[in-house]
Amino acid sequence: MYPFVYRRADAVPDAIRAAAGGNLPPTSAPAQFIAGGTQLLDLMKLGSWTPQTLVDINGLAPSLSAIEAGPKGLRLGALVRMSQLETHPTVIRDYPVIAQTMALAASQQLRNMATLAGNILQRTRCQYFREADWPACNKRAPGSGCAAIEGLNRKHAVLGVNDNCIASYPGDFAQALVALGAEIDTAGEAGARTIPFEQLHTGPEDPARETVLLPGELITAIRVPAGPWTRRSTYLKVRDRQSYAFGLATAAVALDLRDGVVQEARIGLGGVAYKPWRAHAAEAALRGKKLDESTAADAARAAFAGAKTHGENAFKVELGQRTLVRALLQAGRMEV
Amino acid sequence: MPARSDTTLNRRALLTGTASGAALLPLAAVAQNEPPRPPPPDPRQKANVALDINGQHYALALDARTTLLDTLRLHVGLTGSKKGCDHGQCGACTVLIDGKTALSCLTLAVMVRGPVTTIEGLAKPDGTLHPMQQAFIDQDAFQCGYCTPGQILSAVACVQSGHAASPDSIREFMSGNLCRCAAYPHIVAAIEQAEPAMGA
Repeated sequence: MYPFVYRRADAVPDAIRAAAGGNLPPTSAPAQFIAGGTQLLDLMKLGSWTPQTLVDINGLAPSLSAIEAGPKGLRLGALVRMSQLETHPTVIRDYPVIAQTMALAASQQLRNMATLAGNILQRTRCQYFREADWPACNKRAPGSGCAAIEGLNRKHAVLGVNDNCIASYPGDFAQALVALGAEIDTAGEAGARTIPFEQLHTGPEDPARETVLLPGELITAIRVPAGPWTRRSTYLKVRDRQSYAFGLATAAVALDLRDGVVQEARIGLGGVAYKPWRAHAAEAALRGKKLDESTAADAARAAFAGAKTHGENAFKVELGQRTLVRALLQAGRMEV
Repeated sequence: MPARSDTTLNRRALLTGTASGAALLPLAAVAQNEPPRPPPPDPRQKANVALDINGQHYALALDARTTLLDTLRLHVGLTGSKKGCDHGQCGACTVLIDGKTALSCLTLAVMVRGPVTTIEGLAKPDGTLHPMQQAFIDQDAFQCGYCTPGQILSAVACVQSGHAASPDSIREFMSGNLCRCAAYPHIVAAIEQAEPAMGA
């Protein structure tokens, strides 16, 4: 592991000062925040992430670890651990899709360690990115190419990709957040700001960038607005084994149904897209329609209309559509 | 004892070699695209590490890169926690921090704030095994034993957090602990055996 300077921050301004600097892509910044460490240390051991300074923000836990549920929605502190959110009774009842994205993610040990903000910023599992001895990866070494396009790409994305990068975003929580129209609060050198979750992650035009965050900008909270669709919501995760595996195709679905007719649908798709993916076209296809297998299938086709496959991952178009159909019908049958 | 000390040295040398070999590659890969980075901090500057392990306090001065797992095994002499993958995928290094399962291979020792429990901390001082340890023996819940310390600590947390109510719930809670010998059915049986004993 490349040597680094270790610093502890016990207040948000200290953390920002310790990590601030420059206008680099956030993942290239010389100083990185560390909380759970489950991803950062893994990539540092692999030699594919080499920060010069680690700023330990676990000391901020007293101010950044609350789960608040009110009439306007949820406010989740950045340092809430995944296992805390998974077992929160109000979240399980009023935002089941969120609790399920926690329960179906990773392993118990990882969920005990990993924070919500770190989970959102999870980086791809593409092996050409993770393992630094592969020569071509535009995400790890900009300009070097993409080894996955003609390589092992069974787990790669089919939505939102281009010739720079076809990596898939691996997270689950983010699909619920993008579906529910969440926002994130950050603190940084330039002050506090709020970023719509759907605009947090950037596309493959610049694969190394990944998010709009600035070096030293710290996520402080995640806010999820209340809505008549949050109770009728579910997360379906299809994967190679039943537990402790990344999703091949996942769907986060929230529905406002009246007499079986869709008033509003919110859909996030995971395992199939370059970044947390809100399926606007599928939502629009469902609005005003009676929810049944046929309208769900129409929506799923709309969601994957722009899909681009690269050989081994061609199966994801049909799997993704079937996953979404099943999730929609499951949500439709929920008693709320 | 001499044989054991030789093993430790060999393994340490091997690990050091692996780490430095891996560090060279990304530098070469990114050099053309990023401004030259300043020289790395001197790893000989030690970080002060204060740990509470199995109720005992340790004050150590370590390279900041040292994981909790390497600290336990190489600097404290508690070799019960095992290094399997060293990437948080196998669960062999599982310990309890603040009573919750954590992967000691993905935890920097310098970051640990809560009390740590390892497999060595489960039995009573008089040698009486923890009910979960006894249950693993009674149910034959291992073959090679390499994953067992991590399995037992996850199993203890499984019962303590109320996740031992059904075999499905146990399997889900335990899915982060891989067993290459596939003793899984016996591990579930051991947890079911220990659950009432732990509650008593």
